[in-house]
Amino acid sequence: MDWVDLLLVAARVVGVFGLLVVLTIVNIWLERKVVADMQNRVGPARAGPWGILQTLADGLKLFFKEQVTPRKVDLGAYLLAPFLAVVPAFLIFMMVPLGPGLEIAGRQVPLQGADLNIGILFILAMSSMAVYAVVLAGWSSGSKYPLLGGVRATAQAISYEAAMGLAMVAVVMFSATAPGAESGTLSLAEIVERQSGTWSGTVAFLDPVVSLIPRWYVFPQVVAFVIFFLAAVAETNRAPFDLVEAEQELVGGFHTEYSGIRFAMFFLAEYINILSMCAIAATLFFGGWNGPTWEGVVPAWVSAILPVVWLMLKSYVLVVAFFWIRATLPRLRYDQLMTLGWKRLIPASMLWLVISTVVIGFRQFGLPFIG
Amino acid sequence: MVELVIFILMGAGTLAGAVTVVLARNPVRSALGLLGALVSLAVIYVVNLAHLVAAVQVVVYAGAVLTLFLFVIMFIGVDRSEDTSETIPFQRKLVAGLATAVALGAATLVSRGRFSWTPASGEVAEIPNGTVQALGGELFTTWVLGVEVTALLLTIAAVGAIALAFHRRSPETPTED
Repeated sequence: MDWVDLLLVAARVVGVFGLLVVLTIVNIWLERKVVADMQNRVGPARAGPWGILQTLADGLKLFFKEQVTPRKVDLGAYLLAPFLAVVPAFLIFMMVPLGPGLEIAGRQVPLQGADLNIGILFILAMSSMAVYAVVLAGWSSGSKYPLLGGVRATAQAISYEAAMGLAMVAVVMFSATAPGAESGTLSLAEIVERQSGTWSGTVAFLDPVVSLIPRWYVFPQVVAFVIFFLAAVAETNRAPFDLVEAEQELVGGFHTEYSGIRFAMFFLAEYINILSMCAIAATLFFGGWNGPTWEGVVPAWVSAILPVVWLMLKSYVLVVAFFWIRATLPRLRYDQLMTLGWKRLIPASMLWLVISTVVIGFRQFGLPFIG
Repeated sequence: MVELVIFILMGAGTLAGAVTVVLARNPVRSALGLLGALVSLAVIYVVNLAHLVAAVQVVVYAGAVLTLFLFVIMFIGVDRSEDTSETIPFQRKLVAGLATAVALGAATLVSRGRFSWTPASGEVAEIPNGTVQALGGELFTTWVLGVEVTALLLTIAAVGAIALAFHRRSPETPTED
């Protein structure tokens, strides 16, 4: 490892950081526009064309606002919490492969913050770290509503993380069925590569149709995708699962006592998490950056950029679905939330895991005890 | 060189976290100290190329167990004053004596015992397929019986917990809130 390698690593990290900040600015504006359209309003329209600079203006305003620190806070934890929210949010996105590797200065550079062979576990670890931000913010504020928000957040995160993890396990196991694969994989880059190409070869007379369908895991693992998506909405504390910050009941939930840039950090983390969850869902179930690149037909630089465009397109379909759900559904009651998590999603994901395992085992090894 | 720097930093972090767990007056602070110790230890695992162990450490201990701790602490109420009276006679002297004995024993073992420090060789053997595949292969082929028995044990524990939770007390005994 010499200085070129170090520079490339630094460039990747800074690149992902910059991409996330810019996309978050766009996302906040996009949500306000989409929800406004759905509610027959105009939405932000003053700052810049179509109001696209509105988020920038809001961010600047938050930067220069006074940061009120209430008297009863536990100062250490109170100051730590916003950072605990932002850092895991950025780290999760580091795992998402943005495209196939590039050749720079004679080195193979993956278009990804970091390609770990424990990628999926890392995502789970970081999303459980993000819970601490909410818990600590709620507790350290020294006030009732944030504490209630924090307690709710803990319960919700614990409940839905289990379902989300089990849904991911089904995908990891299914990745073992890829042609030439020895075992399943936890590396997201590997999972994307195993989804390239199309389905083919199971039933002969269906082949003309089946070989047109891309080899995305959403088709065999549709149940896992639905569970993952529901759990992702709950993990990011979005409506209809936003009991953590239910405005009508809890003022603002865990971040009631935060103002200025500290509040902005929670806000930033929330929107980064939405994008990360959608990008991970696109990676696990919709083939990630796989898509036609038309090499030789279009200029080379277009072919190089197209994978990133495909990933972003797939992610943004899901992001808009997040906004759509928020604009459509009313908030769940707390007991409904827990019932859905523990009595519906977790048993469903376990059942799906068992079915999935049996089918994969049957296809790999045939019937047990016979032959 | 990098490893040494990270080890010193994270070792200090682990120790500081552990000391905080014991010394902090506020239980939430203690839990935070434990979090710091667990995460620092996970970084040390990563430096030693044990990525899987690091991830499991963060997911299971920092992510699940400690969150439950915090949850319980918050529910019980952090502000309730603690009963700090010591129940075991001569508690402090006893602990001080035991700690000194253990420290002396360890020091004797290290300095006089038949051990030698084996420094890690420069080359760290990296398992080609990554630690996940290697460990998974071992667990589900060579040690599969142990894995299954542990799974059974955990199931029994879960069933027991549910049975205790659903056990209705007779009306005479006052229930605790």
